Amino acid sequence: MSESMVQIRNVTKVYERGKQKIEVLHGLTFDIPKGDFVALMGPSGSGKTTLLNLIGGLDQPSSGEISVGGNRIDRLKSGELAKWRANNVGFVFQFYNLMPVLTAEGNVELPLLLTKLSAAQRRKNVAVALNVVGLSDRAKHKPKELSGGQEQRVAIARALVSDPQILVCDEPTGDLDRKTADEILGLLQVLNREHGKTIVMVTHDPKAAEFARRTLHLEKGTLVEQAA
Amino acid sequence: MTKTGFVIANLFRKKTRTSLTLLSVIMAFLLFGLLQSVNHIFDAGPNFLGATRLMTQARVSFTSPLPISMVPKLEAVPGVTRVAWSQWFGGIWQENQQLFAFAVDPKRHHDVYPEWVMPEDQWQAFAGTRTAMIAGKLVADKYGWKVGQKIPISSNIFPQKNGSKAWAFDLVGIFDGRDEDWKKRALNVYINYDYFNEENQFGKDRTNFFILKLADSKQAQQIAQQVDAMFENSPDETKTQTEKDFNLSFVKQIGDIGLIVRWILFAVFFTLLLVVGNTMAQSVRERIPELAVLKTLGFSDASVLGFVLAEAAAMCAIGGLIGLGIATLFGALIEKGSGGQFQLNVGGYVWAIGLATIVFMSIAVGLLPALRARRLKIVDALAGR
Amino acid sequence: MLTQTTAITSINLKSIPERWGPSLVIVIGLAGVVAVFTALLAMAVGFESTLKATGREDVAVIMRGGSDAELNSGLPRDQGTLIKQEPGIRKDDDGQPLASAEMIFIAELAKKGERTGANVTVRGIEPKGFKLRPQLKIVDGRTFETGKRELIVGQGVARQFDGARVGQNLRFRGSEWTVVGVFASGDANDSELWCDVEVAQTTFNRQGYSSLRAALDGPGGLQTLKDALSADPRFAVDVTTEQEYYSAQTKQFRQQIGFLAGVVTLIMALGAIFAALNSMYAAVAARSREIATLRAIGFGGFPVVLSVMIESLVLALMGGALGAVIAYLLFNNFSVSTLGQNFTQVVFAFKVTPALVVRGLVIAVVIGMIGGFLPALRAARMPVTTALREL
Repeated sequence: MSESMVQIRNVTKVYERGKQKIEVLHGLTFDIPKGDFVALMGPSGSGKTTLLNLIGGLDQPSSGEISVGGNRIDRLKSGELAKWRANNVGFVFQFYNLMPVLTAEGNVELPLLLTKLSAAQRRKNVAVALNVVGLSDRAKHKPKELSGGQEQRVAIARALVSDPQILVCDEPTGDLDRKTADEILGLLQVLNREHGKTIVMVTHDPKAAEFARRTLHLEKGTLVEQAA
Repeated sequence: MTKTGFVIANLFRKKTRTSLTLLSVIMAFLLFGLLQSVNHIFDAGPNFLGATRLMTQARVSFTSPLPISMVPKLEAVPGVTRVAWSQWFGGIWQENQQLFAFAVDPKRHHDVYPEWVMPEDQWQAFAGTRTAMIAGKLVADKYGWKVGQKIPISSNIFPQKNGSKAWAFDLVGIFDGRDEDWKKRALNVYINYDYFNEENQFGKDRTNFFILKLADSKQAQQIAQQVDAMFENSPDETKTQTEKDFNLSFVKQIGDIGLIVRWILFAVFFTLLLVVGNTMAQSVRERIPELAVLKTLGFSDASVLGFVLAEAAAMCAIGGLIGLGIATLFGALIEKGSGGQFQLNVGGYVWAIGLATIVFMSIAVGLLPALRARRLKIVDALAGR
Repeated sequence: MLTQTTAITSINLKSIPERWGPSLVIVIGLAGVVAVFTALLAMAVGFESTLKATGREDVAVIMRGGSDAELNSGLPRDQGTLIKQEPGIRKDDDGQPLASAEMIFIAELAKKGERTGANVTVRGIEPKGFKLRPQLKIVDGRTFETGKRELIVGQGVARQFDGARVGQNLRFRGSEWTVVGVFASGDANDSELWCDVEVAQTTFNRQGYSSLRAALDGPGGLQTLKDALSADPRFAVDVTTEQEYYSAQTKQFRQQIGFLAGVVTLIMALGAIFAALNSMYAAVAARSREIATLRAIGFGGFPVVLSVMIESLVLALMGGALGAVIAYLLFNNFSVSTLGQNFTQVVFAFKVTPALVVRGLVIAVVIGMIGGFLPALRAARMPVTTALREL
């Protein structure tokens, strides 16, 4: 395959809960190549969400190295990480996490407020993103006026609008019915196959994992098998 | 949409809550505007009273009259170009309307107060007619007086020689102020001193005030001291001060109004801080997950703090500006309604302090929630911890 | 229904500590309104009662006709003696009329801590003047001697002004006077300085009097005196009781303060209502699930409304009581002075009376009820299913 998008080298994550120290990830080492669509699976408490957060630059490892897109993100400070996230990662959450006070358009435009684009340019990019996810006709609706699946599409559009290299998804279909879930997963596939986005997706649903190219299994903080 | 648009949209998230909080802010600043302008009346005056005039009164109290015979001595003081005098007449119009009437020497008064504007022939008529009176535009309009009418005025203080309390004067002129400030003060009535002096039963050849017009305002302090030194240890000791200081000392005796106003405003804003602070804190608490999402999108900790502060500022600014605006409106209405008697001018000074207060409040109510927003850890917030 | 209401109310009230933020808003907000209201009116009450206490019903004040204040009044010297002879005036033990011809002068003293002076009243009295004010006692030093330039000062003056202590000299109108005593009268007299009227007249070259005070002879005395004086063409005077005289003087101040208190309290009350509404809406929203559950179980809508209003009332009353206590602690007996009728200072103290406290609490209750009503309605009308679904 192509070069690595994500390189994990001996990464450990330890949480402190009061006086207790809990090691959630134990010396993980693996690669995710560019253009891959990986499903991260594992039982509750396996650390899959923790790993996802590290790859997405939402948190820092306790030890080890993480490179994403050639950047050593374990070395970045909080302010620099924020900037890095803005330019390089797109997030999709289980509960969509849209701003209820903004329209679909407004929500998708949010990340662009961090750029130097003019208002006109921002609007253009938003329109393109909404088009890709097939929601152009719902642009002016507020989240409470949209169905679950439509909300998730808006979230995906928002994740795309800054043209990031990698999409990080945490249980993106966890709150949707079967049919809608399949639609969303299909959309992710399109983004991967036709638009070349690298996607890392945490899921507990084996059917969802089938949409990915490969699956990594995590158990108690270590990789157990790599199935293609 | 812009960052500002986003802030405003968040402000009106829960419409009822925001509206009610906004209304509380408006009420507080309305009160602030009105009270501060009342407070300011007591230190205002400086900008329109000419330091080119001094007021001389009896040292003890302006209620104690001084003899007219002092005039030559006052005129002889170097630097004094003209001396006029003014004796309180008071007077009641129609049962119970108190007038601000003074007995003056028409020519001298005209010389010393160029700020009163009236056609020359009316000034001549005032000087030439014994029973003449002139009235300020505001009071004339209030009572519907027209030039040429005979105006009956009764006096509780000065009966005529025949014992009658009823006086009557010929209104020969109506004067107005030279500019905005003086127009507002056109409330006085002036009668002819000679006529008053001859006809009234008590006190001959005496007056409450002398007004000294100066050649050079820079000499004001020195001339004032000179005049008072001249009459020290005499039966008619004087106190000479600028008009501005005179106003101040009179009104200061009403009491420490400033203190009362400050206490009230303190209570009001302390409570307001609590009300708005509570709203902001609640609002941020509810939005922790959203704020976390903003951070995932790449907004820095500082920018999230900025959003919250901006929201607090928007709340305080919108409410504050509306409140001050209403206060200005009310102030103008009260001025109009009382015929200029209550000058509740919510002017530049009050607005300046108001704006500073808005800024202060914004920081006070927004800082803690904003810091909380800045501090929140994305991972914990998203997981609901 | 009573049991239902009690049950819901007790749940509500017990949960207040969880929602201490919004609850505190109501309490503090109302404390502020009531404190300001009470303080302002305590000023008016204090001023009024000081002046009211000054006047006696059995003492007449006689002034020149048409003057409404002693300052404007001037009686010729001979009239002073003549009026005393009129019927209606009680005789003293020595057979002489119990009356005092008095003259007031304005003097300037420096208020403690200020540079600019304020005007005070100096009253020249005749010896019988003391008998007309039996409540007056010398609390420091001694009374003045007739024929000497000596002053006694009221305790209000001693408290608020510089240079008015026993042994000190005061200088006005070119003459020197010595303070020989301090008196306490418990009323407006405490704002004055007293001396021998004859000495004052000669010192300041004045012949007449400002007023005559005379003890009235029995309940019909006032009328007798009035009739006699109006029948006599020599005199153009007005006769009132001391009570009426001082009462009238408080009217303007009372009106002004009343107006100020009214406006300020109204605006603050509106603000407090909005704040209370805000808090109660939040309270209802926070507990919408509980309320809906209760409704689902079978509790009626009306008890729910009642319980919300009771909660609002309880908080409002707490705030009102707090405000009254603050006003009392901070302001009761706080001594101030202001411009009185003769353009001189009157010293008085704030008075937080039980009546005022009650009025303040009534305001708190009204605000509490308004603040609780609409949210209560919303709570009762909320569809049960929606509320149960709300996360």
